[in-house]
Amino acid sequence: MTSLIAGGVDCDVHPAVPHLTSLLPHLNDYWRDQVTTRGMVDLISQSYPQNSPITAREDWRPEAGKPGASLADMQRHVLDPFEVGHAICNPLYGVQMVFSEDMQTAFCRALNDWLAKEWLDRDTRLRGSIVIPTQSVEKAVAEIERCAQDPRFVQVLMLVMGDTPLGKRALWPIYEAAERLDLAIGVHAGSAYHNPPTAVGWGSYHIEDYVGQAQAFQTQLTSLIVEGVFARHPRLKMVMLESGISWLPPYLWRLHKFWRGVRMETPWVDRAPLEIVRSNIRFSLQPFDAPREPATLIRLFDHMQSDELVLFSTDYPHWQFDGQDALPEGLSPDLVRKIMIDNPHATYPRLT
Amino acid sequence: MNIQFRESTEAAPPLTAKNAIKTAIADCDIHPARATRTELYPYLAKRWQHHLEVYGVHAYQGMMEGPPYPKAQPNASRRDACPPEGGPQGSSLSFMQEQHLDPNNVQLGVLNPLNAGQGIRNHELSAALCSAINDWQIDKWTSKDKRLKASIVVGNEDGLSAAAEIRERAGDKNFVQVLLLSRNVEPLGQRRYWPIYQAAEEAGLPVGVHAFGFGGNPITPSGWPSYYIEEMVGHSQCQQSALASLVLEGVFERFPKLKMVMIEAGFGWAPSLAWRLDKVWQRLRSEVPHVKRPPSEYIREQVWWTTQPMEDPERREDLFDVIKWIGWDRLLFATDYPHWDYDEPSRVLPPGVTEANREAFYRDNARKLYGLTA
Repeated sequence: MTSLIAGGVDCDVHPAVPHLTSLLPHLNDYWRDQVTTRGMVDLISQSYPQNSPITAREDWRPEAGKPGASLADMQRHVLDPFEVGHAICNPLYGVQMVFSEDMQTAFCRALNDWLAKEWLDRDTRLRGSIVIPTQSVEKAVAEIERCAQDPRFVQVLMLVMGDTPLGKRALWPIYEAAERLDLAIGVHAGSAYHNPPTAVGWGSYHIEDYVGQAQAFQTQLTSLIVEGVFARHPRLKMVMLESGISWLPPYLWRLHKFWRGVRMETPWVDRAPLEIVRSNIRFSLQPFDAPREPATLIRLFDHMQSDELVLFSTDYPHWQFDGQDALPEGLSPDLVRKIMIDNPHATYPRLT
Repeated sequence: MNIQFRESTEAAPPLTAKNAIKTAIADCDIHPARATRTELYPYLAKRWQHHLEVYGVHAYQGMMEGPPYPKAQPNASRRDACPPEGGPQGSSLSFMQEQHLDPNNVQLGVLNPLNAGQGIRNHELSAALCSAINDWQIDKWTSKDKRLKASIVVGNEDGLSAAAEIRERAGDKNFVQVLLLSRNVEPLGQRRYWPIYQAAEEAGLPVGVHAFGFGGNPITPSGWPSYYIEEMVGHSQCQQSALASLVLEGVFERFPKLKMVMIEAGFGWAPSLAWRLDKVWQRLRSEVPHVKRPPSEYIREQVWWTTQPMEDPERREDLFDVIKWIGWDRLLFATDYPHWDYDEPSRVLPPGVTEANREAFYRDNARKLYGLTA
């Protein structure tokens, strides 16, 4: 097993909202009344059914309640044994599925306040991601600016499958705000289910949705690159969270080839897609979709032609590895240090 | 690609008799076109001729003419591929022979007609057009040049009529595979498409799944993107999702002799997808008990890949890792003639390939798969 080093940054842990009612103290009278009068139910996304094996490792699953709902569990399972310096909390509560921009704004605001009070206040190692109401770009920017006053928020969180491709110009004020405030944009696996979860329609199974996350990340990278987000916002870092990563090199080979062929269509893309990825895009380590033998792993990392792309993550409490085996076999000590410490700090300027 | 070649330290030599491919090759993706708008009418009932004149074709996308994302070049084709006698690129057998089949020493050319009756909302019209296209492939192409073999184009959204078309053509040596497109109303593993797989397996014909098509779904799981390049790159994501569906719905388990060919969608993504499927299947297999073996095993045994457009790494030898993970015995060379992103036979493989692997890659895998080894 490849040795972990102390003081690393776990860039993807998932504290769970126990229930929609947990957000009531953080909602105003109107929305509290809406939730209770209308009998609203818990916002659990199909992306992570509570009892699915992938949603929680067996030995990380609590006897009752949602995996990831207890800080004591997270401390015992991850923060202490992995000796992390910081862990970045990415709440996967189903607020993105809401269609009303007003309701979504109220829920995101409550969720961010809940995260600060129930988690960030209670363990100084924790840092937060700002969940935003993407139904309204204006309200999303306002929520980013509100939360950014708290230096413990280091990132803005979006889902990989939303209403529109992430490069679309309408979303750019979000990226402008993030760049201005030194926040990374985290793009996490999961769907708002406002579009079919694959580009060829609705599949039958949860497993299909999960496999499909990797394809969704690929289409988003294309969109972000060819729309010109990074030509406009060169300092912006985007982190693909729980994306899988072994697809990256062949995907870039293809994108690069087509960019050479049809770059007259998007002349503002003035650097090769490979270079844009190396300067602006990062990936969380887990899940690492590859065979366990080191020879293949070494080739895959070599294909990336950069040791700066990958950020350490456990993806707690999701089941991506067993025991303490968070680092794939065969990584050199230098690369481990880059992945666990240097790369996260270079990606998240607010991480102190 | 004929817009901009890769920047190479050595200038790519022009194709001449000297450096042309010496051994005969198989080209597993050639696109024959109609010379005129009404070229299929002799094969269509009067009712459908009338329908086309009055209503036209309504695909699962809004444009009456042309694609929703304008291509990079007219007909997405090479500018030098226009036949001297007129008509669109790929519409003249004699010019295809002169420009492509003869100089490239193509011994086997597999025809995949696009815009040929698939992805149409009126399923009866779709079936009629597909049947017409199949007759047309024989009359205009395969009966006139024995190197060319046809694909049975089927009305993809109506599994039963598609199966009937396959059974009608089964045993006809003009045809070597059944043709589907990657984008359909539902993912390709869904039950509505199973009659197609059953008929193909019975007929002993591989099912080719060519990138493209229309099924009404946005080409990303986040809605419609802006640019042609996103559609082009996106086809490989569609193909991945379609293949995942085929595996996870149990199509390969149910039809163990079925062979499928992934056409024009790249192949570099195959190892990563198979690894991901295996890993997730280990965790979630209780949801799909009909998938009895690790997904990568079905893929390794029942799936082939055409090469064009070859992924193009900065360090070209990186490609060899990927090919090794897939298997040199599973790749089928293709040019995509006459389309603009055509791969030039003499230049696609970096140096350093063994003779046996070259022959498998350029010809023998295809001959074996399509049953033409005699």
